[in-house]
Amino acid sequence: MKEERPVKIKVEDLVLIFGKQKESALKMLKEGHTKKEILAKTHCTVGINRANFEIYEGEFFVIMGLSGSGKSTLLRCLNRLIEPTGGNIYVNGNDITRKNHQELLDVRRTEMSMVFQKFGLLPHRSVLDNVAFGLEIRGEDLEARTKKAQQAIDTVGLQGFEQQSPAQLSGGMQQRVGLARALTNDPEVLLMDEAFSALDPLIKTEMQDELISLQNKLRKTVIFVTHDLDEAIKLGDRIVIMKDGIIEQIGTAEEILTNPATPYVEAFVEKVDRKTIITAGSLMHQKPTTVRFGKDGPEGTLRKMRTTGLDVLPVVDDNQTFLGFVWVNDAVLCAKRKDPTVESILKKEVPTVTTEVTVEEMLPLITATRSPIAVTEKDTGVLLGIVSQNSVVIEATRFNEQEITELKENANHN
Amino acid sequence: MEKTIDIGQYIAIAVKWLMANLRPLFDFIKTSGNAGIESIEWVLVSVPFFITIALFTFAAWRYASRGVAAFTLCGLALIYLMGFWEETMQTLALIISSTIIALIIAIPLGIWSAKNMTAHRVIRPLLDLMQTMPAFVYLIPAVLFFSIGKLPGAFATIIFAMPPAVRLTALGIQQVPGDVLEAARSLGATQKQILFKVELPLALKTILTGVNQTILLSLSMVVIAGMIAAGGLGEKVLEGINNLDIGLGFESGLSVVILAIVLDRITQGFGNKISVK
Repeated sequence: MKEERPVKIKVEDLVLIFGKQKESALKMLKEGHTKKEILAKTHCTVGINRANFEIYEGEFFVIMGLSGSGKSTLLRCLNRLIEPTGGNIYVNGNDITRKNHQELLDVRRTEMSMVFQKFGLLPHRSVLDNVAFGLEIRGEDLEARTKKAQQAIDTVGLQGFEQQSPAQLSGGMQQRVGLARALTNDPEVLLMDEAFSALDPLIKTEMQDELISLQNKLRKTVIFVTHDLDEAIKLGDRIVIMKDGIIEQIGTAEEILTNPATPYVEAFVEKVDRKTIITAGSLMHQKPTTVRFGKDGPEGTLRKMRTTGLDVLPVVDDNQTFLGFVWVNDAVLCAKRKDPTVESILKKEVPTVTTEVTVEEMLPLITATRSPIAVTEKDTGVLLGIVSQNSVVIEATRFNEQEITELKENANHN
Repeated sequence: MEKTIDIGQYIAIAVKWLMANLRPLFDFIKTSGNAGIESIEWVLVSVPFFITIALFTFAAWRYASRGVAAFTLCGLALIYLMGFWEETMQTLALIISSTIIALIIAIPLGIWSAKNMTAHRVIRPLLDLMQTMPAFVYLIPAVLFFSIGKLPGAFATIIFAMPPAVRLTALGIQQVPGDVLEAARSLGATQKQILFKVELPLALKTILTGVNQTILLSLSMVVIAGMIAAGGLGEKVLEGINNLDIGLGFESGLSVVILAIVLDRITQGFGNKISVK
């Protein structure tokens, strides 16, 4: 589904080598020598080791890794603040690495803007002049840049601070200035380097939430670097995990959590609070056996239950729209009565969710009836899968003991 | 011990060669330089003393403090009353012209050495040499090239007073935070835009400290330059020494001190005011 979206940035075999003998180090790398061998022979450090990935238009793409993993370096290669040693970077199909100096300046002025961990504001200028700085560099006249800067200031919620100097603002407010400065140029791509890492936890959360709602409005292609996996999961549509300049895994938060590609990623994701990330979509049993309403009578239902070994089955109509569940004991009675359909025993008051509902949100749906949870398509109500209470509880065992006890008690009261 | 290596001889040969071959150039520099210094001097001497004092006092009040303003007023009035006004203005003219030329050379050199390692490696030992060589030594080539008078005085002063401005300009530019530079680059700023919109404004306070140092060093050098008939307070100090006239020596020396303090406080205050904003 995602692969059909237009590709905004394509990184191909990107290599970055620090040191003097870049050429021979690059050659060794292509011959398949390890980082250590290259260091021993050429005294060169491999900063980024053949990175390949695509970023889709409007995607929130997170590059995540610990310090020294090469994540910030990778980000800086995208606008060539750091010159890559090898490989290609295509933005809108144009190879950035082949652009001459003037073309590169134009790309930085119009297509990509960057937000920095330490803000990088000009201390001798007011907030307004800082925000307008990019336009000033582009050579726009005072009136135009004041107007655009004011819009960006309004967007990030800095109204009233226009004439203050950056030093008078708190960290969170300073980063708003940084963000506004990046937005003023109206770039298609936003590069954010540990943008919230220098902020207090509370402010950080607030800024993350605002960035999400901003992104929902603006739909930029955002590339966000962080060392914080929780932040990566919260913000990223897709995440790439880096270690020692190598991309360990690329995927959605869920793919990474449910199916870590390497032991490193596994070790990394163990600490994450899974209940807020695992969704019904990944937990559900897809294409379950269903009872077709109007076609399957009670006898047919019982036969399906025998073959699947299940005591409860979902019922759908001819359009696969979910109607409810039937239970085995009801079906036996119904068959004895020789009812033509299962209508009389159909339980319609059952929990249904959409695919993106998380385990945390599903927990209150666990009831004493032990009904499974139906996963349906948002608008049509088409049945996509079934989540058993057991699987929710299995995920829930990652909660502490008390929480589980409470949940069970609450369920029994229902 | 017998002299085995005679560096002085080569220096002398070089200087002689320069004198023989570049005479028209030196003459031109001398004529135009003297004209410049003398016009500044003419302005300073012909403006009535009370206007000059008022302007200095105002500047001190505006950029430094009331205390400095009071000191400026009293100090300059004392110089006038001691009868050294004209000499002081001659000295000031020499300081102003030397400082301007020194800065015109020093600031670009400082920028260059901040940005280019090779330049830095060449310029640094030269600055060490310029700063540690006894000041009197500069008088010799100055006199050889330009004979005696104001211009050779200014020449020696420029060489002597330039190093701190170069060093502090380079330091100021190197101290500009990396993230600010990166931010400017990420927005597509050219080298020139980065220099004028980011580096120089952020380095301004440090550069002004260098300017302040250059002014003070100029002041100490123009006194020495009195020995080659550069005029001003230096000549009065020298006269005091030659005649063992303790009164004259003290009075002219005191005038130098007052002028130094006034210039220092005003330029420093100016630097602070600008960077606080």
